[in-house]
Amino acid sequence: MAEPIILFEKVNKWFDGFHVLKDIDLQVAAGERIVICGPSGSGKSTLIRCVNRLEEHQEGRLVVDGVELGDDVKAIEQVRRNVGMVFQQFNLFPHMTVLENLTLAPVYVARKPKAEAEANAMKQLERVRIAEQAHKYPLQLSGGQQQRVAIARALCLTPHIMLFDEPTSALDPEMINEVLEVMIELAGQGMTMVCVTHEMGFAKAVADRVIFMDAGQIVEQAPPEEFFSNPKSDRTKDFLSKILGH
Amino acid sequence: MKKKSWIRKNLFANAWSSLATIVFAVLVVAYLPGLLNWMVVQAVFGPNVDACQAARGTGACWGVIAEKWRLIVFGRYPHLEQWRPALATVLLLGLLFASCVRKFWTLWLVPAWIVVWVVFFWLMHGGLGLSVVPTDQWGGLPLTIMLSTIAIAGAFPLSIFVALGRRSKLPAIRTLCTVYIELVRGVPLVSILFMASFLFPLFMPVGKSPDVLIRVIVGLILFWAAYLAETVRGGLQAIPKGQLEAAASVGLGYWQTQRKVVLPQALAIVVPAVVNTFIAIFKDTSLVTIVSLYELTGALSIALNSDANWRPFKIEGYLFIAALYFTFCFAMSRYSLWVEKQVHHG
Ligand SMILES: Nc1ncnc2c1ncn2[C@@H]1O[C@H](COP(=O)(O)OP(=O)(O)OP(=O)(O)O)[C@@H](O)[C@H]1O
Ligand SMILES: [Mg+2]
Repeated sequence: MAEPIILFEKVNKWFDGFHVLKDIDLQVAAGERIVICGPSGSGKSTLIRCVNRLEEHQEGRLVVDGVELGDDVKAIEQVRRNVGMVFQQFNLFPHMTVLENLTLAPVYVARKPKAEAEANAMKQLERVRIAEQAHKYPLQLSGGQQQRVAIARALCLTPHIMLFDEPTSALDPEMINEVLEVMIELAGQGMTMVCVTHEMGFAKAVADRVIFMDAGQIVEQAPPEEFFSNPKSDRTKDFLSKILGH
Repeated sequence: MKKKSWIRKNLFANAWSSLATIVFAVLVVAYLPGLLNWMVVQAVFGPNVDACQAARGTGACWGVIAEKWRLIVFGRYPHLEQWRPALATVLLLGLLFASCVRKFWTLWLVPAWIVVWVVFFWLMHGGLGLSVVPTDQWGGLPLTIMLSTIAIAGAFPLSIFVALGRRSKLPAIRTLCTVYIELVRGVPLVSILFMASFLFPLFMPVGKSPDVLIRVIVGLILFWAAYLAETVRGGLQAIPKGQLEAAASVGLGYWQTQRKVVLPQALAIVVPAVVNTFIAIFKDTSLVTIVSLYELTGALSIALNSDANWRPFKIEGYLFIAALYFTFCFAMSRYSLWVEKQVHHG
């Protein structure tokens, strides 16, 4: 196997004595699409937030895009430039227009000329099919539109990896699909994606691998066909019956 | 028809609003005629002491303003040179006005600020062909405007750094900022001014201590920065953590995040509270009188106390400077409403 683009080696993390991540070993290959699921509080968010160091791990090795994450600020900045993130609550900057949200980092972090950054921003907005809203403020948009803008913002730095933390769980049901469609399209274009979600339809459609976490551990991982039809551990079965069950 | 519905909506919408309208109307009917009579009908407008004495108790003596306005407005600044503070103040007000208008928000403001302040101090202090006027003779409205402008322009930026410092991850900086805020905020401004004026020189070699005006300015800036820092911190605290995470995730560093993401939102929230403090700063410059700097209120005291004939007409004098203070404070308050409108989107 080629050098993995994300590598967790015996990663451990504590929140004030509370052990959130326990001996995490995980390799993600370039272009691979991973879906992470698991019960609330199992550490899914914490795990993907370690990838761009919104959270720091205390033990083990974490290498992202060839850079080992540690206390080195320069390394962290480099990783963040190559890793896009989409949050459950969108986290757009409400005092900036959609276009300004998208050009902020390209202009101030990547030092691109403004015109170039704007042209690229418009291209990303077209990609998420929302170019006509470029001059509105985020709070004038629906939840689904905001989340698509957030995806476009992450894409503006031409990241090698995209992280999604429950991107559809703050949305009204009728808006979930417009966001999932955009994500499915991205997946089709060969982007490395790590996605925390309970949208099992999405997992079946695009994931190369589904990872099940519980109590800070990776309990099981398998391609979606196998994961859904033939889960190995009881915890996975129990979880699947709860979210697919009825 | 239209008028009737306006009246109902604005004056008698419900029981409480009707009651307020009636109480207000009664007060106006009861007091306004007497007030108008005193202020206008029976008032003396010329600088005539005898007429003023005769009208005492029944009519206002606006003559005191006509007689003393130069002393009130310019304090002890030499009479023949008073065109200098007048011109300096007009320039400064012009600069402040321009700085408030969006059309002028360009890089040209930076050299404009420098040039106007240099000219301001040259006119006030003299040299290069003008006679020198030491700072203890500066006074009145020019001093009030100068002190409040410098206090605001110095304290506000400083307060932002202190507020950020108080939330810093670095314990040393956090402690330093917290101690500074708590120490300075817990002491009355008067005592800070006393320390700046009388205590500070004791620690300096004789004759080496900076001018009292400079010491007072530093005192004002340090005092108000501590105050404003807490106001600004309130705004910082209102910014959700998700904003910082989003900024970090696209690679913005600490200062970029503060400048582009956090401060624009935090400061927009605290505009009313900050302008409220600016107004307090403007009015509280009157406290520098206690260290013998005769700004507007101090100059009024000198003007009236130095002349037994006019001494009884303090009320008219205070009404006059109250009107001046009100003009500036009201302008600030209206401007703050405009700024609020500019910063709220969506
Ligand atoms: N900043 C923090 N300080 C202390 N504890 C935290 C912090 N963030 C998360 N935790 C705890 O760590 C555990 C894992 O949290 P995490 O957010 O990673 O779970 P999750 O799997 O994403 O859950 P959910 O599905 O609810 O989002 C939880 O028990 C949570 O309470
Ligand atoms: Mg989570």
